Amino acid sequence: MTEMNEKLVFDKPESVIDRATHYCPGCHHGIAHRLVGELLDEMQLTEKSLLIGSIGCSVFLYNYLNVDAVEAPHGRAPAVGTGVKRARPDNFVFTYQGDGDLASIGMAEIMHAANRGEKISVVFVNNTVYGMTGGQMAPTTLIGQKTTTSPAGRCVAHEGAPIRMAEIIASLGGVAYAARGSLDCVKNIRAAKKHIKKAFECQVNATGFGFVELLSGCPTNWKMTPVQANERIQKEMIPYFPLGVFKDISEEGGIC
Amino acid sequence: MSKQPERIFIKGNEAIARGALAARCKCFFGYPITPQNDIPEFMSSAMIKAGGDFVQAESEVAAANMLLGAGAAGIRAMTSSSSPGMSLKQEAISYMAGSEVPAVVVNMNRGGPGLGDIGPAQGDYYQSTRGGGHGDYRHFTFGPGTVQEAYDLTIRAFDIAFEHRTPVLILGDAILGQMKEPITPWEPEGVDDEAGRDWAISGRTGGRDKRLIKSLFLAEGELAGQNKHLQAKYDSWTDLAECEQFETQDAELVICAYGSIGRIAKSAVRKFRKEGKKVGLFRPITLYPFPSADLKKLAEEGKRFLTIEHNLGQMVDDVRLAVRTICDSEFFPIYPGNLPTPDELEAPILACLEGK
Repeated sequence: MTEMNEKLVFDKPESVIDRATHYCPGCHHGIAHRLVGELLDEMQLTEKSLLIGSIGCSVFLYNYLNVDAVEAPHGRAPAVGTGVKRARPDNFVFTYQGDGDLASIGMAEIMHAANRGEKISVVFVNNTVYGMTGGQMAPTTLIGQKTTTSPAGRCVAHEGAPIRMAEIIASLGGVAYAARGSLDCVKNIRAAKKHIKKAFECQVNATGFGFVELLSGCPTNWKMTPVQANERIQKEMIPYFPLGVFKDISEEGGIC
Repeated sequence: MSKQPERIFIKGNEAIARGALAARCKCFFGYPITPQNDIPEFMSSAMIKAGGDFVQAESEVAAANMLLGAGAAGIRAMTSSSSPGMSLKQEAISYMAGSEVPAVVVNMNRGGPGLGDIGPAQGDYYQSTRGGGHGDYRHFTFGPGTVQEAYDLTIRAFDIAFEHRTPVLILGDAILGQMKEPITPWEPEGVDDEAGRDWAISGRTGGRDKRLIKSLFLAEGELAGQNKHLQAKYDSWTDLAECEQFETQDAELVICAYGSIGRIAKSAVRKFRKEGKKVGLFRPITLYPFPSADLKKLAEEGKRFLTIEHNLGQMVDDVRLAVRTICDSEFFPIYPGNLPTPDELEAPILACLEGK
């Protein structure tokens, strides 16, 4: 009888703490956390990193990443990040925000931090809904999508159209990199990691503000199975929120 | 012959900015609003020269949250505003109180509510001393009365902020901010630029344990524990309460007034004293902690009180709380847009003195 050899081929990144998360089954936050953790490891940024937490489902990110962190009020992470980075310019400063936090209450802070070209990185998780508070309409909720505060479905005439943040951010002067990825399948997850890496490099190389939007599933609030949620990203979200790079001047020496 | 100390002739706003600079403030986050604009204008170049940074934020909300970030990073930082802008800063101030982030905030109080006017007023006393944002907290508050005191207390504010890990408010008004006076600037010795070394977020260099600065406490009993800890800190400030007493020793009537009104009242007291009338002044310098013990002592000596404020009655609550077991305080309101001369305070003081 041959001896069984166990070989660990897939482990948690060192930057990710080995503990159970509070996320629902099928939620994509765990994938986004892992991608961030892998890159902090690979780019050797863990010890330099200062995480700016936000409000929403990802509020407990500071329990899952093994980095120094400060908790920002709802939507204010880019402002808090600005203060942290200006105070400690040699550290690596990043925010991680959801769509209610970033694209609704925090619209002013994200727009101006981007426009000033703050040398910070922003990971923006777009799942078209306020998750933590129970599935209310977000600024990214799709037309016709039913939520607890748009029970008849979002209507352009009444609630306006969903906001495309990556494109808006790309239009601002201080931005070095703006892209949108998706976490619905392995191919897209791999592409998303490349986007995050580019955004992080913009800070490391001081070229400017780096922004990555990640289309993510929220099976609980979408009232779907995880598989159905992944299909919805493909069929409904990507057609409205196209994937790709909307601005990249990281090779051109960046802004001023 | 020893060198004469330098005297400079500057506005109260500039005194606060220079005081912050002397206290080795490294970051300033501002937003324009009258009557405090001299502070961000001064700091826009001063911070860069000091090797720090300046940001004109997109709003008072953002400026205060930038302050939260810099304070969490353990760096001496400041923001300034005036009343309408202070309403917007309360969000971050509440978070700073909850997560024990040191920072200095300046409010050059103008008339309110709403857009009010741009003249001096003391309508923000409640907001400044009760914890102006949401939740159960207080922060240290100074109420300078002169340009020199504005300079001195700004330096003190940074020390208190870092020693006690708390936001500290300097509550002035439009008169203090815009009035020029000669002052003697000075530099504090032994300022510790790394006062946050044991708690600030700075990166896990050398593999140290991660640090977390937060105000969310969800586990059972956790928030109660944090709030008890905060309250114990506030209680410990009682001994730091400060006041100026002028001619109170043999006074029959003690005027209670702070800031610019305290100063005007002092002139009125001087005039009464020339006439042989036994009037004194009690001027709180710290508004939170309020110097209740000193005031109670005066009450125990049988003195009577008249509180004069540039509002319709806010600090008078603290005066009454201090003397409540012994006596009461009369109150004279000053309406916004109408800064009194010392002469105009004579009639209400005299009426009180004569028991009318």
